[in-house]
Amino acid sequence: MARVRIPIGPQHPALKEPENFTITLDGERVVGADIRIGYTHRGIEKLMESRSYIQNLYLVERICGICSYTHVYNYTHNVEEVLGLKAPPRAEYIRTLFLELERLHSHLLWVGVAGHEIGFDTLFMYTWQDRELVQDLLEMISGNRVNYAMNTVGGVRRDVSEEQRQKVLKAMDVVEKRCKFYQEMATNEKTLLSRAVGVGILKPSDAIRLCAVGPTARASGIDMDIRRDDPYAVYPELKFNVPTTDTCDVMGRVVVRVLELYEIIGMIRQLMQKLPAGDIKVKAPRRVPEGEAISHTEAPRGEDIHYLHADGTDKPERYKVRTPTMANMPSVAKMLEGVYLADVPITLAAIDPCMGCMDRVLVLKDGKEERNVLEWDRLRKYGIRWYAERGWKQ
Amino acid sequence: MRMPGKMLPKIVGFVFKKPATVLYPKERLTPPKDLRGKMKFHKDRCISCGACARDCPSGACTMQPKSDGKKRPEFDLDFCTFCAQCAESCPKDAIEMTAEFELAHYRRGEAVVKE
Repeated sequence: MARVRIPIGPQHPALKEPENFTITLDGERVVGADIRIGYTHRGIEKLMESRSYIQNLYLVERICGICSYTHVYNYTHNVEEVLGLKAPPRAEYIRTLFLELERLHSHLLWVGVAGHEIGFDTLFMYTWQDRELVQDLLEMISGNRVNYAMNTVGGVRRDVSEEQRQKVLKAMDVVEKRCKFYQEMATNEKTLLSRAVGVGILKPSDAIRLCAVGPTARASGIDMDIRRDDPYAVYPELKFNVPTTDTCDVMGRVVVRVLELYEIIGMIRQLMQKLPAGDIKVKAPRRVPEGEAISHTEAPRGEDIHYLHADGTDKPERYKVRTPTMANMPSVAKMLEGVYLADVPITLAAIDPCMGCMDRVLVLKDGKEERNVLEWDRLRKYGIRWYAERGWKQ
Repeated sequence: MRMPGKMLPKIVGFVFKKPATVLYPKERLTPPKDLRGKMKFHKDRCISCGACARDCPSGACTMQPKSDGKKRPEFDLDFCTFCAQCAESCPKDAIEMTAEFELAHYRRGEAVVKE
C-alpha cells in the first residue's frame, strides 16, 4: 500500500500547543514521525539578560505554567551558589513543600489530560476536581494559584503558619483516599486498558539511547530520579521510593505517575511534621559576582537543567534552560512508530509535553527564518566559536 | 465489566450534590486572606526612592511627577502580575497588597492605582 504523509499541527485539535508532527502512515499504522519544533519560542533566555536578578525571578517562573516552581527553584539555587549564600532550613523545607505540591497537581492534571485524550472525560472531571484541592492549598499559602511568586534569592517570601500546616495535612488525607480510587480505576477500567496497554512502546535500551527523563524513563524500567540520585533541597532527609514499571507503554506511564502520587503525599506529610522553626530568608545583595553555576532538579516531567553565567553586574550574562520535554522529544518519534493513527494523541500526551517550555531558539538571517541541521561536530564548533568571540575561555 | 458498578455511587452522589460554582454577582466566594490582589498606596509613608519601580518585573509600577514636585509611583494594573515585589522592595511599607480581585474596567488605562 502507498505510504501517506499526514501533517499534524502546528494547528490541530489533537494538540494543545502548536508543534508540527509529520506522520508517515502505512495503512492505519504509523511507520515514521518527523517532529518540527520551534513554534512557541518566546525568547525568555535572551530577555533574562536584560533584566535584573530580582525581575528575573518572576520571568523564569513563567517558563512553564504547570511546573513553574521547579524553574524558579533552579534559578535561585544557581544565584545563591554564585553568591555563596545558603537559605535557612525552614526556607528549604517550604521550597520542598512547593516542589512536591506542584508535582502533585501536575500529575493529577496529567492523569485527567490522558483520560481526555482517550475520550474518558469522566476521569478528567474527577482528577481535576481533586487537583482543585491542591490548587487551593497553593493559593492559601502563596496567594497565587499557578505562578506562586514564592521564592526569592536567599529564601522564601511567605511563611507557613500553624493553621496552614494543619490544613495541608488534612487535605493530604482526602487526596490520598482519592488516589486509591484512581489506582483501582486505572488498573481495572477496560476503556483505559484497551487504549493504553501496548501502545507507544519505548524499550529500555531506546530510553537510554534517546536520553528519556522522568516518568517516561521510569515507565521503561530505568530507575532514575534526581531527587534520590543527586539530592537537592531537603530530599536527603525524606524517605521515599521511586516507582518504576517495565511495561514500557502508555499504561506504564499512567501507573508510574499514579504510584508517584502516594510518594508525594508521604513526602508532604514528612515535610509538614519535620518543619523546623527559624527564619525564612537571608538578605541577598543585588549584584552577583562573576561566576557560573549549574543546577538540575526533578521537575514533574523529568530532569530540568538550568545554567547561569554571571559577570559581576546585577543582570545575568547568559542563562540557559533545558526543560524535560526537550529531552523526551526524541523518544516521542520512537514511541510513535507502530501505533495506530488514532493512538497518536495519547502517545504524544503520555510524555506530558509542554511545548511552550521547550521551544528555545530560532535563527533569523536577513529577516527570514534560517533552517539548517547542525551535526554534533558543527554544533560544538559553533558553540566554541560563540563563546570565544565573547572572550570566554573554557 | 467491573467499573460501572464502582462508579455508580459517585454518579448518583453527584446528582444530589450542590454545584461547586456560585451565582457570581449575587453570591461571592471569600478569597483566602493572603490573596495577592490590588495594591493600596500610602502616600504619607512614601519617600520617593523609586525602589518599587526599579524592581517591578512587568513595568506596571512607574514613578510619575506629582503636583508637589516629587515623584511617586503609579501602578497600572493592566500590566501588573501581582507578584508583590514592590511591596517587598519598599523600605517604608508604603505599598500594601489587599485581597481585592474584582478589577474589570470598561476602558484600557482605567485600572490605575494612584495616590
